[in-house]
Amino acid sequence: MKIHIPTPLRSYTGGKETVEVGGATVAATLDQLATSYPELRNHLFTAEGKLRSFVNVYLNDDDVRYLPNKEETLAAENDELTIIPSIAGGCCCNL
Amino acid sequence: MIYISEEDFRALRAHGEETYPHECCGVLLGKSEPGVGNRVSLIVRAGNTRTDSAHNRYNIAPQELVKIQRQARGLGFDIVGFYHSHPDHPAQWSQTDFAEAHWMGCSYIITSVEKGKAVLTNSFLLTGTSEENKAFEDEDVVVETPQQELISKERGEA
Repeated sequence: MKIHIPTPLRSYTGGKETVEVGGATVAATLDQLATSYPELRNHLFTAEGKLRSFVNVYLNDDDVRYLPNKEETLAAENDELTIIPSIAGGCCCNL
Repeated sequence: MIYISEEDFRALRAHGEETYPHECCGVLLGKSEPGVGNRVSLIVRAGNTRTDSAHNRYNIAPQELVKIQRQARGLGFDIVGFYHSHPDHPAQWSQTDFAEAHWMGCSYIITSVEKGKAVLTNSFLLTGTSEENKAFEDEDVVVETPQQELISKERGEA
């Protein structure tokens, strides 16, 4: 399936904005992505193999974290995954 | 170095004035030119989802980011940066800004808005290759007038 890579991670996919990777589930697809492009792994996953907290993954229009089966959701060939790091901040440290 | 048109520069500052005393936020679309810097071709306003603390926090919903990234792709642009405002605070990145910055190679523009009026606008390039060695570096903001943009295009710089 197609995976859309955000700007800061494209240097690890040879500059490609979109890559094609196969996998039966979202988790399997992400793992295959990190196998095909090994430098990506550290940017996507923690040392424990969990998706980093600031990395959002969308299966088509759905945030994978909110799908019933989360990363174990089945993925079809014509689905699209989008990886999108979070954007946040604020002017001072005290709430 | 970040290049932005005078129109877009004015628009992002105006956004900060409109949302005062809350923080505004948005996305910068364009192209990163090696050895030159990030060149902004379009700014896209985004909603601040931090309604619980909008005066000193901002967050762009990932779903909105996905849509903006799609929009960028359709236009042949990339996400090259973000902007937000600091109501009644300096146009300098905060520890919160740094902790929440994950887009290496992108520009983070911050405008200070004092008593509803945009004052200073600075930009910071997020450098590094990982969460462990990332850093914000000051970068010059080049505001281009229509005439300057025309010259850049004639030189093949745009």
